[in-house]
Amino acid sequence: MILQLKINQKVGVGLLLGLLLVASSIVQLSPYHIADQDLSGRLLAPSAEHWLGTDHFGRDMLTRIASAIQLSFVLSFFCVLTSATLGVSLGVITAWKGGRMALGMDVIVNILLALPGLVLVLLFAAIVPGSLLVLYLAITLTQWVEYFRVSRAITNTIINSPARQLSQMMGFGPWYQFRRHIWPELTHSILTLASFGGANAILTMASLGFVYVGIQPPLAELGLMSVELFPYYAQAPWILVQPLIAIATLVFGFHLLAGNKHDGAH
Amino acid sequence: MWTLIKHRIFQLILVVWGVGTLTFVLMRNLPGDMAYRIAASRYGQDSVDSAAAEIVRQELGLDASWWQSYAHWLTDLVQFNLGKSLVSGLPVIDTVQHQLGHSVLLAFTGVLFASLIAIAIGVLSAFRQGALDHGFLWLSTLLRSMPVFVIGLMLILIFAVAWPILPVAGFGTWQHLVLPTLALALSLAAVSNRVVRNNTLKVIRAPFYQFAAIKGLSPTQTFIQHGIRNISVPVIAFIGIQLVTVIEGIVMIESLFSWPGIGHGLAHAIFARDIPVIQGCALMMGILFVLLNTCVDLLCHWIDPRGAQS
Repeated sequence: MILQLKINQKVGVGLLLGLLLVASSIVQLSPYHIADQDLSGRLLAPSAEHWLGTDHFGRDMLTRIASAIQLSFVLSFFCVLTSATLGVSLGVITAWKGGRMALGMDVIVNILLALPGLVLVLLFAAIVPGSLLVLYLAITLTQWVEYFRVSRAITNTIINSPARQLSQMMGFGPWYQFRRHIWPELTHSILTLASFGGANAILTMASLGFVYVGIQPPLAELGLMSVELFPYYAQAPWILVQPLIAIATLVFGFHLLAGNKHDGAH
Repeated sequence: MWTLIKHRIFQLILVVWGVGTLTFVLMRNLPGDMAYRIAASRYGQDSVDSAAAEIVRQELGLDASWWQSYAHWLTDLVQFNLGKSLVSGLPVIDTVQHQLGHSVLLAFTGVLFASLIAIAIGVLSAFRQGALDHGFLWLSTLLRSMPVFVIGLMLILIFAVAWPILPVAGFGTWQHLVLPTLALALSLAAVSNRVVRNNTLKVIRAPFYQFAAIKGLSPTQTFIQHGIRNISVPVIAFIGIQLVTVIEGIVMIESLFSWPGIGHGLAHAIFARDIPVIQGCALMMGILFVLLNTCVDLLCHWIDPRGAQS
């Protein structure tokens, strides 16, 4: 599948894998911990001991940024995996079976689409504040609908195709029909959705951190870090810039991976 | 058109029910004893004892069974009786109505400016291909990678700190509106200018457009007579898709710029665990979302009455 990717999608994959690799090796190898404070070494500029400087509690920025990037990756990976699996399987089954299930799913989807995703996630974050698990569940809950709608629409057209009907008449089972006829048509759209979903999961977590209802300190989280470091922009602009660049790079990587759906420049 | 409106009314009912049920669950599932928690937020952490908690419990009827409270909760909601803030004791409906006005103002100016920027840049880069188009492609890709609060932070740093011509945050004069609007508009236009560009290209390459030029209309006439209406339908439909981003952007931007709107209120209420206010704000955001969607639907219907369904 890698071979079919366009050049900018490959760059996106490379960027994301590189970030993940660097971030997790820094977390492993760093002599510091994300919560190690050193109040005599606050807001230090980058040096040989602290490659990216230290924050307002003297914590090592390199370690914290790396740990935050890792956390973002873990969360977005699980969100994408769960919501894609759930959305695609429900979408395919609903299109295939129809009937009562389709009606029921319509109601559920309408409820979920009636509220903007972030508001729903905020409500969940209010139920259990600072819990990564709840954040993951809430983001998944808002994201699976997209996969559901797309895979249902695509499956609907394939179910009635002569090729699929012939397979059925020749006695092939549902799993074979899914793999042979439906799955190949779905992969492209799902890759696009998954890339945007990954970016959105990271953005949502950062947004919650930014309004202070997401992951709680002392855990390192990119949105939380940007709001914590903002008061020090005059003394130490370089540390404020780091989480912002990290978020932008992550999202940029995912957008590259998604391919230029809206841009289609050439 | 009636099906459109019926669909939206149905959606409105779902919003009210969904928010009501979620906040009810939230109310019941808060860790710790509700009464103590509310007493603590009212009277301060140090002066809470079981007597104060008992008074709160009596006052708010916190020991009824769950289905009783649920029925009660929903009837109150249907009558728009949103209760009083647990912290300030003021009626939620007043606070929220007040905030809604500010949020609507921000949303409308944001969408308006986003459309102006996006249409200008999109049409320009469609008509002048090449370096300009590429430049804007890169610029919009860059802006799109930034969450809206990063754009806001950068605007603050540039226009309020480094070069202080505009206020950092707050509310009052029109200057306070500039930076929040700009932040929201930039994050929206980063995506929509490409949509405008692609649709403009599609229209000016279409046979009917070329025929209009061949039959002798000047480029300006062709664009006004045959271009604008055809371009605007997909573009306005896309603004409808972007409304989710608008609402999410409002939450972030209001918190960043201390704009006294719904999003700011919601974030604060969640932080203070003030459930009636959380419910009121979430409800208003949902209603705002549905209303804006209805506006977009009606606008699309007005421009292209050929019966664009859903």
